[in-house]
Amino acid sequence: MFNNITEFLNLLPPVIIAAGILVSLTIEMYAKRSRELLPWFSIIVFMAAGIYSLTSIDSVSVLFGSMIATGGNVNLFYFIFCFGAVLVSLLSIDYLKKYGTSYGEFYILLQSSVLGMMLMTGARDLFVIFLGLEIMSVSFYALAGINRKKLRSNEAALKYFLLGAFATGFIVYGIALIYGTAMTTSIDMIVSNFAKLSSNIVFIAGVLLFLIGFSFKIAAFPFHMWVPDVYQGSATTVAGLFSTGGKAAAFAAIIFALGAMFKAPNLFEPYLTVIAVLSMLFGSIVAIAQENIKRMLAYSSIAHAGYMLIGLAAGNPEGISGIIFYLAAYTFMNLGAFGIVALIEGEDEKNLNIQDYSGLSGKYPLLAGLLALFMFSLAGLPPFAGFFGKYYIFIAAIKADLLWLAVIGVLSSAISVYFYLRIIVLMYFKDSVTDISAEQSSTGVTAVFISFILVLVLGIAPGRLIDLITSFL
Amino acid sequence: MENNLITYLLALPVAGSIIILYLKKDNIIRYTGLIFSLAVFIISLVMYFRFDPAIDGFQFYHKTSWIGNLNISYQVGVDGLSLLLVMLTAFLTPLTLISSWSAINKKVKEFTFFMLLLEMGMLGVFVSLDLFLFYIFWEAMLIPMYFIIGIWGGESRIYASVKFFIYTMFGSLLMLVAIVWLGVYASGVLGYFSTDYIELNNVAPGIAGTMQNFMFLAFAFSFAIKVPLFPLHTWLPDAHVQAPTAGSVILAGVLLKMGTYGLLRFCLPLFPSASIYFAPAISILAIIGIIYGALVAMVQTDMKKLVAYSSVAHLGFVVLGIFAMTQESIQGAVIQMVNHGLSTGALFLLVGIIYERTHTREISKYGGIAKVVPVFSFALLFASLSSVGLPGLNGFVGEFLILLGSFKSPVLNSWWYTVFAASGVIFAAVYLLWMYQRVAFGEIKNPAMKDIKDMNKREMLVLAPVFIFIVWIGVYPGTFLKVSEVSTKHVVNKVVNNSINEVGINAD
Repeated sequence: MFNNITEFLNLLPPVIIAAGILVSLTIEMYAKRSRELLPWFSIIVFMAAGIYSLTSIDSVSVLFGSMIATGGNVNLFYFIFCFGAVLVSLLSIDYLKKYGTSYGEFYILLQSSVLGMMLMTGARDLFVIFLGLEIMSVSFYALAGINRKKLRSNEAALKYFLLGAFATGFIVYGIALIYGTAMTTSIDMIVSNFAKLSSNIVFIAGVLLFLIGFSFKIAAFPFHMWVPDVYQGSATTVAGLFSTGGKAAAFAAIIFALGAMFKAPNLFEPYLTVIAVLSMLFGSIVAIAQENIKRMLAYSSIAHAGYMLIGLAAGNPEGISGIIFYLAAYTFMNLGAFGIVALIEGEDEKNLNIQDYSGLSGKYPLLAGLLALFMFSLAGLPPFAGFFGKYYIFIAAIKADLLWLAVIGVLSSAISVYFYLRIIVLMYFKDSVTDISAEQSSTGVTAVFISFILVLVLGIAPGRLIDLITSFL
Repeated sequence: MENNLITYLLALPVAGSIIILYLKKDNIIRYTGLIFSLAVFIISLVMYFRFDPAIDGFQFYHKTSWIGNLNISYQVGVDGLSLLLVMLTAFLTPLTLISSWSAINKKVKEFTFFMLLLEMGMLGVFVSLDLFLFYIFWEAMLIPMYFIIGIWGGESRIYASVKFFIYTMFGSLLMLVAIVWLGVYASGVLGYFSTDYIELNNVAPGIAGTMQNFMFLAFAFSFAIKVPLFPLHTWLPDAHVQAPTAGSVILAGVLLKMGTYGLLRFCLPLFPSASIYFAPAISILAIIGIIYGALVAMVQTDMKKLVAYSSVAHLGFVVLGIFAMTQESIQGAVIQMVNHGLSTGALFLLVGIIYERTHTREISKYGGIAKVVPVFSFALLFASLSSVGLPGLNGFVGEFLILLGSFKSPVLNSWWYTVFAASGVIFAAVYLLWMYQRVAFGEIKNPAMKDIKDMNKREMLVLAPVFIFIVWIGVYPGTFLKVSEVSTKHVVNKVVNNSINEVGINAD
């Protein structure tokens, strides 16, 4: 299994999470105060795994007979997942009481979903991707429906499950066709034979089905139908996780599994450009009409999937590092935004209407100020992280002679400014209409504040992260 | 010290704005903001005295690598084109802070905070020598201005602020694509991605025909929205009228200049043959703007709107001067940018001062106030005459140079441009003096006007320095013209020589 102890150490991040799940289950079963213990325990587990993956980022290796890769950008993704999960846990501690589901299972499901994301990212074999995908997705379905007394939550879980299963079907079909033509499920072997295989239409169809399945997971148009309903129905912090960790894991799987197949001449460019354009425009335009802030963020998440797809369509190293940077930036700015929504939200899904944010700056200047900054960052304004992500993606597009795609990207950014600004208009320029009493949650505010610092640091000094990502490509 | 001057210039407003966040009393906040903005002005004066007008190139130059992977650097410097605008910005900001001493009485902390950030953004635009850095300041400056209009503005401030934001953002996003394209193009020539202005200056003029035209248009479109050039001006009256006085002064005084500065700094030197190709078209739009702005200003019933439309006309002159591409016209354009900042700034301040007392800007509500408020009326006359271009005051110098330059411009090559543009000078006299007549002369019909107070000392203190410069530029423009002379020559030579073969014009 392992040739030596270092190889085992390289695999430690997912092992830590897996061990964490087992310990958490035991705590949940035997400890009386498991509800207070589990959140902090899971935060420690995530922190340990995240920090370890960052410190061991240079130990690049492939383990288990080329099944799982470690080190490099894989570890960077591990860090993003773990750190995102830390923020989600911090936000959930007080939020779940409001939401009426402060169960210990929540944190166990959170850990297992992160384990799934990690397997998807590190996989060097199509079956491992599938394994990770299912671990993540099943945890997500359960998380979406964790409040079994709420009708909307049930609806979200069911919708997510049905469409997710549908997407999985595509992926399995794709894997079957790929296996049938390539005679292997090892990604490295498929990639090295790609030139020969690409003339086989069945193989291309397999890859395309695989891509379509993942298009569901990254929430790209026209496979986005579940997104607004699921985000609205799930707990707000969970929706934040879906839109960041889930999306990042799916992108990671595409980048690491299929990335090599997108190099010029990029056979899948037509597919990728079409769904990129449609996602950006559809997401930005439909978000304008939303009245519920979670639905608005859901459509914005569709649009952001479109921007990231530009990097994939470009298929050059800039595109790949652009996507990874964008995902890091997006994770923190979007979790920040969802975090504030979770803090403002009242019991029984109160204060989720966009109009409820009117005059927020008067009563909660800190929350309003931070939300404004997250909105500016999501809209892609400098000097925040979202801007640099877009900048890098556009560089990739123009280098790949996709100037028109970059132009559509900026046009849709210009459209999206409208609905992001709308929140700011309400918070700062209008008088309060709803009596909001944001529950004092010190852990939640901490999480939001950490996100803010990261959004600012990634915006002002993006160079180090970009250098790190590029050095592993 | 020398090389860090600009960094201090940019850091001081930020430092001030951060300190203000921790202060509580309104008056202390006002004084702190004022002290920081005055310190910025003093630095800009130091820069003026240490600036050597004979040097062709950037001074107080500083470069530090920022994002190594993309060769983006924090690179700043000023030359004759930007120094005057830096000084104008540093000069107007403290004045607007004093002018809003009593006008802004809610959320003073936020107001001063945003004003200082705005100052940083504007200065940053004028001193950046890396296109990435330039874009960051260009966009970042939108945020404080958006809040200033949206929070402290008039009745339909939300409409105006959102329109302002989306209009400008739309234009600048296309510029962003063009900046990225230039960087990628540079990597083909230089071997590495670069948005360094000085390097692009050598590389970009080599871009082949059609693509250069596209790049020119992407930049020019963004700048034309900011200027604003007819027909992209529709955001301006809304934003101007709704903004608080301080916002209007900064908007007219500095923000619009960012557009003309951009045309001069980026469009002309980077895309010389495209500039010459499009010069007639843009000049025609500028002249339409001059005449249209003047005609629309004439029929306005609201004083602030009248001044706002006069900006469209005046900026038309500046754009004409830039695209006539002669030494005289561009120097005229630079000095006219400063002039417009001073004259229109003064007019907005005066409209704000009288509005604070009467709460109306309708011209018809006034009449005969010269007897009640003699000092104010004199100041209004003075500012109007300066805006009209009375010889001996500043406006005349700029307009004269622009008309002279465009008359003998080899690029435009027709004196019709000058004829039509000159008609704008006459129109300006009509609408401004007519407005003055209706406001100040005649019998007092409105009883509310009988007992308004004249300007107080604080308000005179704000206007006095502006008037000093108005006279100074009018009587002895050499002080300011000599600053921009060498840099202007550089631009003219670059544009005309670079494209002389392709377009085949006689560069005289």
